Amino acid sequence: MSCCAPGAEIALDLNGITSALPSSQEIRLASRSLGGDLRQTDLSVPTVHCAACIQTIETALGKLDRVEGARVNLSTKRVSVRWRGDEVPPFVAALGRLGYPAHLFDPEIGEKDKTLSELIRAVAVAGFAAGNIMLLSVSVWSGAEGATRDLFHWVSALIAIPALAFAGGIYFRSAWNALSHGRMNMDVPIAVGVSLAYTMSLYETINHGDHAYFDASVSLLFFLLIGRTLDHVMRERARTAVNGLSRLAARGAMVLRDDGSRDYLPVDEIEPGMHLLIAAGERIPVDGKIIRGTSDLDCSLVSGESTPRTVASGETVQAGTLNITGPLTIEATAAAKDSFLAEMVRLMEAAEGGRAHYRRIADRVSALYAPVVHLTAFVTFLGWMMATGDWHRAMTIAIAVLIITCPCALGLAVPIVQVVAARRLFESGVMVKDGSAMERLATIDTAVFDKTGTLTLGQPRLVNVASIDPAMLAIAAAMAAHSRHPFSRAIAGSAGFVGQPNLESVSEHPGFGIEATAAGSTWRLGRRGWAGWKARTDGESGHGGTVLTKDGIIVASFVFEDALRAYAGTALAQLNDAQVSVEMLSGDTAAACGEVAEILGIDRFVPALLPSGKVDRIEALARAGHKVLMVGDGLNDTPALGAAHVSIAPATAADIGRNAADFVFLRESLLAVPLAVDVSRKAGGLIRQNIAIAIVYNAVAVPIAILGHVTPLIAAIAMSASSLLVIGNALRLQGFAPSAPERIAPQDRYSNVNSLAQFS
Amino acid sequence: MTTLVYLIPVALFLGALGLFGFLWALRSGQYEDLDGAAERILIDRDDRPS
Repeated sequence: MSCCAPGAEIALDLNGITSALPSSQEIRLASRSLGGDLRQTDLSVPTVHCAACIQTIETALGKLDRVEGARVNLSTKRVSVRWRGDEVPPFVAALGRLGYPAHLFDPEIGEKDKTLSELIRAVAVAGFAAGNIMLLSVSVWSGAEGATRDLFHWVSALIAIPALAFAGGIYFRSAWNALSHGRMNMDVPIAVGVSLAYTMSLYETINHGDHAYFDASVSLLFFLLIGRTLDHVMRERARTAVNGLSRLAARGAMVLRDDGSRDYLPVDEIEPGMHLLIAAGERIPVDGKIIRGTSDLDCSLVSGESTPRTVASGETVQAGTLNITGPLTIEATAAAKDSFLAEMVRLMEAAEGGRAHYRRIADRVSALYAPVVHLTAFVTFLGWMMATGDWHRAMTIAIAVLIITCPCALGLAVPIVQVVAARRLFESGVMVKDGSAMERLATIDTAVFDKTGTLTLGQPRLVNVASIDPAMLAIAAAMAAHSRHPFSRAIAGSAGFVGQPNLESVSEHPGFGIEATAAGSTWRLGRRGWAGWKARTDGESGHGGTVLTKDGIIVASFVFEDALRAYAGTALAQLNDAQVSVEMLSGDTAAACGEVAEILGIDRFVPALLPSGKVDRIEALARAGHKVLMVGDGLNDTPALGAAHVSIAPATAADIGRNAADFVFLRESLLAVPLAVDVSRKAGGLIRQNIAIAIVYNAVAVPIAILGHVTPLIAAIAMSASSLLVIGNALRLQGFAPSAPERIAPQDRYSNVNSLAQFS
Repeated sequence: MTTLVYLIPVALFLGALGLFGFLWALRSGQYEDLDGAAERILIDRDDRPS
C-alpha cells in the first residue's frame, strides 16, 4: 500500500485468521441485481484512508473486464462495484494484489438509514424555525408593540407549525409510545411542555397578549434534537465499523449432487443428507459427518481448544469450525437452523439477563423528574388561582414553570457525555454499540475472560527458536510456507529471511504434515510419529510434538505455546487496580488454562466448560450480587456474552459474538478493556455531575417561575445557559487523559458535529 | 410597518432557500461520504474532453 501509515486503526490485523478469499459463488450470492444483467457488490475495505487509495482502487477496478465502475466510500471504508455478466470479475483478488484486503459483509438491502435522515431533516427544520422565530422574538423583547407585535407573533406561530409537526413528531410519538405502555420517559415532559407552550402562545396571540413562548418551544426541540442526533450518529458509526469486519461464518457451500453436478447453495438451503465439498480454508457451514478426506480443524472459535484437531472420515464436525489443511467431503446431518451455531443463538436468547432489566440513567431520572415537574406546575396553577382568581394569569405562570423546567439540560447532558466518551474510545479502536452499555460497564465489579482468542491470540507461537539450528529452521520455514496449519504459520513467521532453500515436490499430508524433497533427501515436517519414522522410541519422543526430519531422522523439534494477547498482563493488573476481580472461564483443558492463569496471575479459573457452563457460572455470580463483564470471542462464549451484565468482544470474534457484545475492540491489545471501563466510569461521573447541575439550575429557576417573574426573554436565556453549561462540562472528558494519536479524516467530521452543538 | 411587509417575507424566503438547499443536498447523497469528498479534490482526473 502506498500511503499514510498512521491513522489506520481500523486496519485490522486479521492475518492471524486463516480465511480464504470469498469464492466467486459467494460474491455472486452476496451481490444484488440492479436490473438487466448489471449487479452490484459491496465490499468492506478497512485499509482505505486517503485520496491515493481511492484513486488506486477506482482506477484498477475500472480497468477489469465487465466492471462498469467502482466507487469508494471513505467514511464507511467500503467499495461498491457494479459489474455485468454471469461470471464475477476478479475484483477481490485485484484488491488483494494492490494491498487492500477486502471482504464481503451482509448488505442491508435497500436499508438506508431512515432514522438518521429523518433526524437530520428534523434538526434542519427545527434550526430554521428556531432561528427565524428567535429573530422575531428579539424585536418583540426590544419593544415592538401593538399591531407590529401581533404580526410578529402570528408569523412566529406559522413558522412553528412545520417545526412542531416535523421535529416535534419524533417526541410526540416516543412519548405516546411510552405512556401507552404505562412507562415514563424523558420525552413525556418534553412533549407536554412543548405542546402546552404552543397552545398557550397561540391563545395569547389571538387575544393580543404580550407574552408568547413560540421561541422557547421551538428552540427546546432544536437543542434536544441535536443531542438525539449525535447519540444516533455515535451508535450508527459503531454499527458500521462492526458490520465492516470480515464475516467468519460460511455464507454457503458447494453441494455435490448425486449426478455429480455441483451447486453453490446458501447456507439456509442446505438440508440434511446433502453432500458438501469443503475446501481447505473454508468454514464448515452446518453440522455434519466426514465421508471422505483427512484434515485438521481449527476449533478455537467453537470450543476454545487452541490446538487444531485432526479429523478423518467417519468423524463428526461442528458448524463454525475452520477446515485448515485438506479438502473434505461431508454429509450434512442438520440444517443450518438446527446446527451448533443456531443452538448458540438460542442459548443466548434464553440467557438474556441483566441488560433486559437495565433502565438507562436518563429514564430513571425522568421517571422521578416528570411527575415532580408536572405536579409543581399544577400546584402553581392552583396556588395562583386561589390567590388571584385570574385563571389566565395562573395558566400563564404554570406554563412558564413547565417551560423553565423542561429537561433541556438533562436531555442534552446524558447523550453529549456519551458521545464524547464514545469518540474517545473510537480513537482507541473500541466501538460502543449504545450509550446504555457505557452506563452498565461503569458499574461492574467482576470481569470474566475467555481464554483462547481473548486472553491469548488463539494462534500458536514458536517458543524454542533459540535452540534450533538456523539452517534447519530455514528449511522448516520454507516447507511451512506451503501450509495453512497454525503451527506451519508460526514456523514460517519466526524464521528470518535466509535465502530460499531448494525444495522440490512439496506436498501436504492432511493430519500429518508436509513432505518435500531437496538435494536427494526426503524432508518431513509434522507429527513426530509420522515424520520421524526411523527415530528410536526414546523418552523424548514419547509425547507427540512437531519435528523436522531428514530421511526419517529427527533434526529439529518445535515447541509451541499459545501466544498471549498484547498487554494481557498489564490489562488485568489495571482491572485489579480498578477494583474489578478477574476470573477465567475456558473450554480448553485444565493444563492449558493453568499455564495461562499462572503467567497472568489469575487466581480463579474454571477449565473444560461447555457453553451452558459459562452461562451458569455468570448467572451464579449475578445471583451473588456481582455485576459481571464478560470478555470473549468464541461461538461458545456467545451465550455467556448475552447473559453477562455487559460484554466485550475482540474484532476477531465469531460473527454472532460480535453482534451480541456491547463493545467490540479492533486492536490486538487487551488494554482496550481497562480503557473502556475507565472511560465509562468517568463518563458515569460526568453524567451524574450534569444531572446535579440541572437540578441546581432548577432549584434556582423554579422559585422565580413560581413567583411569576419569568418572561419569555428570561426563559430563553436560562435554557440556553443551562444547556451550554452541561455541554461544556461534558467536553471536559476529553481533557482527562492524553488522547490517542490524532487521526485525520473521521475525527474532523466528528468535531464539526460537536462544534455545531457548542454553537447552538 | 410598511417596510416589514416585504422585509419579513424576504428574510423568510432566504432562510427557506437555505433550508431547501440543505434538504436537497441531503437527498442527493452529498452527505454520504464526507471524508471521501474531502480527499477527492486531491485526485487529478485525466478525463479532458477529447
